[in-house]
Amino acid sequence: MNLGRLIWREILHRPFSFVLAMATVTVAVGCLIAVAALLGSHDLRSRTMTMEMNEEAARLESEFSAEMKAYEDSVRKNMKGLGFNVFIFPEGQELSEVYAEGFASKTMPEEYVKTLANSNIVTVNHLLPSLTRKLKWPEQNERTVILIGIRGEVPLSHRDPKKPLIDRVKKGHLVLGYELHKSMGLQEGNATTFLGREFIVQKCHPESGGKDDITIWMHLTECQELLKQEGRINAIKALECNCASIDRLGEIRREIAGILPGTKVIETKSKALARAEARNKAKKHAEEGIAAKKDETIKLKENRAKLRIENERKYAALQGVVLIATIVSVGFLAFTNARARQTEIGILRAMGTSTGSILGALMSRAFLIGFLGAAFALLIAWLLAGALQDGVLQGFDLLSLQGDAPLVLIAAPILACAASWLPAFYAVNRDPATILRND
Amino acid sequence: MTDPLLRTTNVQKSFAGPNDSTVSAVEEANLVVDKGDFVALRGPSGCGKSTLLFVAGGLLRPDAGEVVIGGENLYRQNTSRRAKIRASKVGFVFQQFHLVPYLDTLDNVLAPTLARSIPDAREKANSLLEAFGLSNRRHHVPATLSVGEQQRVALARALLPEPKLLLADEPTGNLDPENAEAILSHLLTFSKDGGAVLMVTHDDRAAEQATRSILMDKGRLKT
Repeated sequence: MNLGRLIWREILHRPFSFVLAMATVTVAVGCLIAVAALLGSHDLRSRTMTMEMNEEAARLESEFSAEMKAYEDSVRKNMKGLGFNVFIFPEGQELSEVYAEGFASKTMPEEYVKTLANSNIVTVNHLLPSLTRKLKWPEQNERTVILIGIRGEVPLSHRDPKKPLIDRVKKGHLVLGYELHKSMGLQEGNATTFLGREFIVQKCHPESGGKDDITIWMHLTECQELLKQEGRINAIKALECNCASIDRLGEIRREIAGILPGTKVIETKSKALARAEARNKAKKHAEEGIAAKKDETIKLKENRAKLRIENERKYAALQGVVLIATIVSVGFLAFTNARARQTEIGILRAMGTSTGSILGALMSRAFLIGFLGAAFALLIAWLLAGALQDGVLQGFDLLSLQGDAPLVLIAAPILACAASWLPAFYAVNRDPATILRND
Repeated sequence: MTDPLLRTTNVQKSFAGPNDSTVSAVEEANLVVDKGDFVALRGPSGCGKSTLLFVAGGLLRPDAGEVVIGGENLYRQNTSRRAKIRASKVGFVFQQFHLVPYLDTLDNVLAPTLARSIPDAREKANSLLEAFGLSNRRHHVPATLSVGEQQRVALARALLPEPKLLLADEPTGNLDPENAEAILSHLLTFSKDGGAVLMVTHDDRAAEQATRSILMDKGRLKT
């Protein structure tokens, strides 16, 4: 006969009490495992979500970066291929006036175009000097017309001759806009009088739906004579400008400013420019999108961290309640067990069994309750790990917590012993005479 | 001159009563029990017999007086030493038997081995069960035994450590005459074999079996 046999026989005699206490520990340890697993699952989900969002942001950034590079190449190619047009206006010209009237009021020497043509300018292909004015056509009931004097292209001295983009107007001839020749019934080859001088209609333009419909083109020299502006022009149009960089206008301005200081350069609208602007908007939109995605990731991290802290608090409260409930429950069950065994304890003490031995028997039982309860909880967790991983734990592997199993197997019996200590101590220290006499 | 197996000197014991009063259970109890004695302590219920028995057995500290067993003054020893003295020199038998309900007959008899190591305990336990006619009940738990059998198991348990002194509190109180006779016979045999028995009883027939009978009334011993 020994204490082990005494403990074992007692457990078999009162299995319900033992199993109930063990189940209490199992539930408590199960709760602890569940809390650890839920927090682990939360962390895993947070990591996954953050990683996904980081990857998404990186992907967007990478795609955008590639698109931008391709776009910039495309812009460069398009700009280079398509070319674009700029106007060069005289020094001191208010651009607001140009935008309002459609031409410059100030003039500059016609020599400027020659200066430009003789320079080594590389960003400009075709140069067209012009003198433009809005005036009344006396011979046609003072109707308002726009007179543009042009002399055709001025060849660039350092370039091979290129095919002219615009046909020149011969002296003594006019080119008429649609509204003019239509209302006057003029056709190519017809004669007409303008400002007291006879001209032959060289060409009649089709309808354009703009100011060109009321425009008269003539040779620049004749125009200067009629307007008494000999040797003066008010604009140089540069056609098919080439520029490899994105900041093409800046590049052209820098180059022209070096040749014709003080002149003003503006770019006329082009398809390429519209496309570039659209792409700039797209770029801005994409950058905003990436920034938003990054912000979203940061906010997600912050929110997940806040949620984790909240969960930790809730779980800590739950753990506290479960722990206290378990200690009270195990203590109560230990008390009822000790109470049921008080006569047995009394007789053992009467026979001379030391209080230490009896206490040892009671605490060994408590230790077994804690150990087996914890082991059973771990076993259940191990068995359910697969199903839980695919279900509520969203990929978190319960088995990753197995490193804590030894701690649980040590802590649970210690807590069970602590919970049972007081009832056991009380039971073994009761006066055996009182127990045996009263029984 | 050697010490008697049990000597109580001027033992007094009282308990708290209602309204801060005290109830005197034992007064000036002087008692000597020696080898070969089979002493019956008689008296009406509540006269203090059981209290004196528990004081004598080292289970209940008296308010005054001394208890000496085998030359050792019990209440001058600490709890641990007193437990050892009980384990080696004193056996108890109770009216309620107080068998451990989840141990079978053999394990109940072997229960004293939890207090101290007893050489050849199993053989001795089997011999006692044989002697008490319980061989065929060796592996039965108390709930399946008759009251007579249970008391015989309790007596066998008390005798296993081979005590010098046996303290019996109404050992035949729950037994029919036949079983009571058997228990008394065993107690008598034990005393004749050199042991000493102090038996509390209010049964005159049981007292007649004793070699000495002491009357107790209102806490006082009357020879």
